[in-house]
Amino acid sequence: MPNMSLKKNEMPVQEPNVRNKNFSEVALGYTEEQAVDEAERCLNCKNKPCTGGCPVSIDIPAFIAKIKERDFEGAYQVISQSSSLPAVCGRVCPQETQCESKCVRGIKGEPVAIGRLERFVADWHNAHSTEAPVAPAKNGHKCAVIGAGPSGLTCAGDLAKMGYDVTVFEALHLAGGVLVYGIPEFRLPKSIVQREVDNLKALGVKVETNVVIGRTIEVDELFEQGFEAIFIGSGAGLPRFMNIPGENLKGVYSANEFLTRVNLMKAYKEGSDTPIKKNTSVAVVGGGNVAMDAARCAKRLGAENVYIVYRRGEEEMPARNEEIEHAKEEGIIFKTLNNPVEILGNEHKFVTGMKCIEMELGEPDASGRRRPVEKPGSEFVLDVDCVVMSIGTSPNPLIRNTTEGLDTNKHGCFIADENGATSREGVFAGGDAVTGAATVILAMGAGKTAAKAMDEYIKNKK
Amino acid sequence: MYKIIRKQVLNPTVTLMEVDAPLIAKKAEPGQFVILRVDEDGERIPLTVADFDREKGTITIIFQIVGATTEKLNHLNEGEFIHDFVGPLGTPSHTEGLKKVAVVGGGVGCAIAYPIAKKLHNNGCEVHSIVGFRNKDLVILEDEFKAASNVMKMMTDDGSYGEKGLVTDALKSLIDAGNQYDEVIAIGPLVMMKFVCKLTKEYGIKTVVSMNPIMIDGTGMCGGCRLTVGGETKFACVDGPDFDGHLVDFDEALERGAMYKEFETAKREEVCNLYKGVR
Repeated sequence: MPNMSLKKNEMPVQEPNVRNKNFSEVALGYTEEQAVDEAERCLNCKNKPCTGGCPVSIDIPAFIAKIKERDFEGAYQVISQSSSLPAVCGRVCPQETQCESKCVRGIKGEPVAIGRLERFVADWHNAHSTEAPVAPAKNGHKCAVIGAGPSGLTCAGDLAKMGYDVTVFEALHLAGGVLVYGIPEFRLPKSIVQREVDNLKALGVKVETNVVIGRTIEVDELFEQGFEAIFIGSGAGLPRFMNIPGENLKGVYSANEFLTRVNLMKAYKEGSDTPIKKNTSVAVVGGGNVAMDAARCAKRLGAENVYIVYRRGEEEMPARNEEIEHAKEEGIIFKTLNNPVEILGNEHKFVTGMKCIEMELGEPDASGRRRPVEKPGSEFVLDVDCVVMSIGTSPNPLIRNTTEGLDTNKHGCFIADENGATSREGVFAGGDAVTGAATVILAMGAGKTAAKAMDEYIKNKK
Repeated sequence: MYKIIRKQVLNPTVTLMEVDAPLIAKKAEPGQFVILRVDEDGERIPLTVADFDREKGTITIIFQIVGATTEKLNHLNEGEFIHDFVGPLGTPSHTEGLKKVAVVGGGVGCAIAYPIAKKLHNNGCEVHSIVGFRNKDLVILEDEFKAASNVMKMMTDDGSYGEKGLVTDALKSLIDAGNQYDEVIAIGPLVMMKFVCKLTKEYGIKTVVSMNPIMIDGTGMCGGCRLTVGGETKFACVDGPDFDGHLVDFDEALERGAMYKEFETAKREEVCNLYKGVR
């Protein structure tokens, strides 16, 4: 008899007023009992609507059935057939718009907590399994992957499992991409990312850090070096600014810079070599997950007042509800329907405030969201000493500028078909480099699709 | 890990290191830079490529000991390793088609100016070098500049070597003497570049400067290195580091460069104290 509770098992979390002063993980994870109890809520539908909502098509009812049997390692084996980064996805996937949105239990009550169960299974495996993955027999063909972020790591993992000799090239000194430079420790501990990267290495994947494709090595040289197919998963790393007066004052950061200093360079730790300015009041401009991450980091670094300044309403925010809720619990102040018009500074060019204007919602725009319109004469100054711009990113031009015959669209994104094939033979692309800034799981899905297409391409070429 | 093949103390505060980095050496051009981390958990700092040897597979860097990271770097010796070393980053300096150029270097900026002078010289361009230092003890790369220049002027602030005066004084007298330069390339402290640009603007001579702002990744990702050029925001790491000096907002760049000054000073003292402990 399934568990007919209308509510999910609550996720144990650190108390808001404790966690907003530390960088340890917010969500603590289910216990075995909670996991089994939650798994009992699954009706094991024959048509598996949840699986259809998963960008990497995990057989969700099958892994949940294993949890019911308390065969947690078995559950892990089911997930790992489809996903190479379950401990990551269980934490950062927007399950509420994917698998969980399709769950039959969600029609009346809350859906099964699929994300929390995925996380439980991955963490259980990591805590209990001692077996390293075994590198499969090599098939004698070489593939290159550019970028060690979610799409690149997934693509590399799948290719390695098929027997390819895979080398991943990463521009930074550490593999992980946005998982290490962008998503903060309290949402995704870096030890988890490292473990996933180590697992890939155990599968035989080579990871070359400190190599900037387009500078250190160009795409054409990779072909000359004998790589038969290349996957570009270089992400969307170029920060956008608003182009308002005062944006180059000291204390204005792109979210990328702010988060990279805090996460990748560990500026949150006492004694870190990388500095970050200690601030009293911080305004984060934007309403996405990255803005929430930046705001919550700023709070943890000791800022008294942290504001989210967003030109539309809370309903229109692209951030996940869970992130918005967590941010509010931690004391982040939401200033929605406000838009910055100027950043103010003192004689030493440090930020002293941000002039904003109130907005109201008008007719829906091209995105389907109601267009924000300025309220004349409603300007006011928000008293802040730091501003973080989190209004989106675009793809890096280094590869497109140094590779002939690789078509991009007007946003600078690579043009790829549904299998990830680009206009250049043997070159595939996926993730944010193709779609523009999106989610970890969509990038992983693209990496997975491209791996399959690369395999077919190489086989047909023989 | 990147091995230090050669270390040479150029003066009490400036050190040269030749580093084994074959992939970078294959591609590097004058004007480009590398980013390095001395150790695990170290910060990422940009340093301009001072020279490269494609056959040996080495990159030469010349750095001034100003902060914690350069202090730590300076404590590494030949045979030891730099944790991370990535590049070549940035756009190479434009040297094609130039027939007569004044290369102005100030202090450790001479390390960046030198490879450009050398390339111009090798291309058959007439190179007039003006190099300036605070005093005789700080002079670097004198012989190298001599070899790469048709005319060389050595300037010191206190007159302890060469002529007493600023690089702008020497540049002005060369221009007034009738030298017509296609371009002036000025690399050194921001204040020096600012005043070189002020002078050349009066004469209407195109001037290129090399900017070295605070940056993290060096690939366009953080935007920390942004500066205003001709009223537009540019990223030094991908749009530069070379820019039209007459368009650069030097005052803003000076302010931005000083953002972490207190932190850097405190951090360097901390590192110095640590090394005192082990000596």
